[in-house]
Amino acid sequence: MTESKKPSNRRKFLTNLTQVLGGVGGVFSLIPFLKTMSPSARARSAGAPIEIDISNLPPGSYKVVEWRGKPVWIIRRTQNMIDKTLEEDNQLSDPKSLEEHQPNYTKNKFRSIKPEYLVLLGVCTHLGCSPLYKPNAKSKELGLDWKGGFFCPCHGSKFDLSGRVHKGMPAPYNLEVPPYYFVSETKIIVGENGENV
Amino acid sequence: MNKLMAWIDERLPVSNFVKNHLSQYYAPKNFNFFYYFGALAIFVFILQIVTGIFLTIHYKPDAVQAFASVEYIMRDVEWGWLIRYMHSTGASFFFIIIYLHMFRAMMYGSYKNPRELLWIFGMLIFVLLMAEAFMGYLLPWGQMSYWGAQVIISLFGAIPFIGESLATWIRGDYVISDATLNRFFAFHVIAIPLLLFALIYLHLAALHTTGSNNPDGIEIKNYKDENGIPLDGIPFHPYYTVKDVFGLSFFLIIFAFIVFFLPELGGYFLEKDNFVPANPLKTPEHIVPVWYFTPFYAILRAIPDKFGGVLVMGLAIFVLFLLPWIDRCPVKSMRYRSRVYKILLTLFAISFIGLGYIGMNPVTPILTWVGRLFTLIYFGFFIVLYFISPKEKTKNVPDRVTMHE
Repeated sequence: MTESKKPSNRRKFLTNLTQVLGGVGGVFSLIPFLKTMSPSARARSAGAPIEIDISNLPPGSYKVVEWRGKPVWIIRRTQNMIDKTLEEDNQLSDPKSLEEHQPNYTKNKFRSIKPEYLVLLGVCTHLGCSPLYKPNAKSKELGLDWKGGFFCPCHGSKFDLSGRVHKGMPAPYNLEVPPYYFVSETKIIVGENGENV
Repeated sequence: MNKLMAWIDERLPVSNFVKNHLSQYYAPKNFNFFYYFGALAIFVFILQIVTGIFLTIHYKPDAVQAFASVEYIMRDVEWGWLIRYMHSTGASFFFIIIYLHMFRAMMYGSYKNPRELLWIFGMLIFVLLMAEAFMGYLLPWGQMSYWGAQVIISLFGAIPFIGESLATWIRGDYVISDATLNRFFAFHVIAIPLLLFALIYLHLAALHTTGSNNPDGIEIKNYKDENGIPLDGIPFHPYYTVKDVFGLSFFLIIFAFIVFFLPELGGYFLEKDNFVPANPLKTPEHIVPVWYFTPFYAILRAIPDKFGGVLVMGLAIFVLFLLPWIDRCPVKSMRYRSRVYKILLTLFAISFIGLGYIGMNPVTPILTWVGRLFTLIYFGFFIVLYFISPKEKTKNVPDRVTMHE
């Protein structure tokens, strides 16, 4: 050893350099570990678009299909339901669907491509529960001012028949509309935008 | 035998360890009922590890097989039902014990100088325990497992900007799926238990550095005899080992009663909906977390804003970490503190239990408002305490512990 007790500047520099570079390397080596937790190629391909047959859906009823493991609702509206959708409703927090929770081609009064068919992601925008379909007005459970719609059993969020959220609910925005398009009169594809968008 | 001991001691100081931490570790002689819960928590931790290992032998962490493998343990594996019920009942009892253990610290000021770090390690254990219980609850893959996890993981989605991708990263999929179940299994059986082991070690190491607090909230180390032994201390072994074994036998009577006669405890320990296999397309009518999460869940529901609710719920836990610095009263034990503190602490306990009750019940307008009131009291406790604690009218604290001889 040299006679001086303090480490030389050269040694200090090399020690610090080793620590810094080792630290940087250590942090970067976390990436593969963290990346393994992202959705795998298999999970991503399972999220591909699906085709749904709507030929056997009577007016007023709805159908649930699974897309990316989430429920997608297809509701065939009656004329009465279409009329109700057009009424002014001061219970709603975003009646004109101004917030971006639907593709542009469904940003209209009906929140759908064709007024007769409503396609919604059946997942509450609060914490991801699946709301219940309560189409009948004035229910005992939901009160006399209930006009029909969706009710989330988890935290009590209410949505109208077009999936628009009521004011002052735990859910922050309207139910989402997934991307979809009609292939024919009776077939739709969910999970993808149509060509002419 | 002595020769063997000497041989070992030269290589590993076993005798010294026993002396320092048991036979010559002096604890205050005035411990009361509330001092059972630390030892009981360690017992339940070991019970969970042991029963957990034996459940892992038969359980299958696979979305297709998980639910059936739990039923297989219950019906076909010899004594499997007992191991499983001990594990599920143990989880609930773990929280009963930890809540009482924490309340003890609040009554007698056990988090105060010099035990702040001890309290922080304890809080970290509490947070990890909640993660452990939450992930374990997904494993049976019942309806409540599935939808409970769905709700809790969505909480991360409320974080602005990164939320959605963070939630997807945690799930490993766009929804709760096999990928989620598999990783929760890994965290539940190895990652978190290892961290818990480390933190419990640190918790005990910190405890044995400062020594235990006591119901009088005074330091027994201030009065020692000529040999340096605290005058109000008694050796942990045999005195407190015997006391703890006595407490344990009472605990086991209650525990065994629940395991054998009421393992579901009317839906509180094992929820009814969880006997239905997970169905991603159908949410149960009422999603309720297991009882030990309901106080925090009620706080979440009390806030009419998604991100706000998540933030306030997180704050409800985080604020406890700061308790040693929020409570600025120099007197530790509530025995010698002002009436105001006793009232505050009582209100806090009532609001906590009240929130727990509200969190278990479906949403109604009245319960939402009562929930908001209790949330206000919960946080009010810490705010008021911060301002009144430095100028509290305290009683004279005795120099030595008070005992009824």
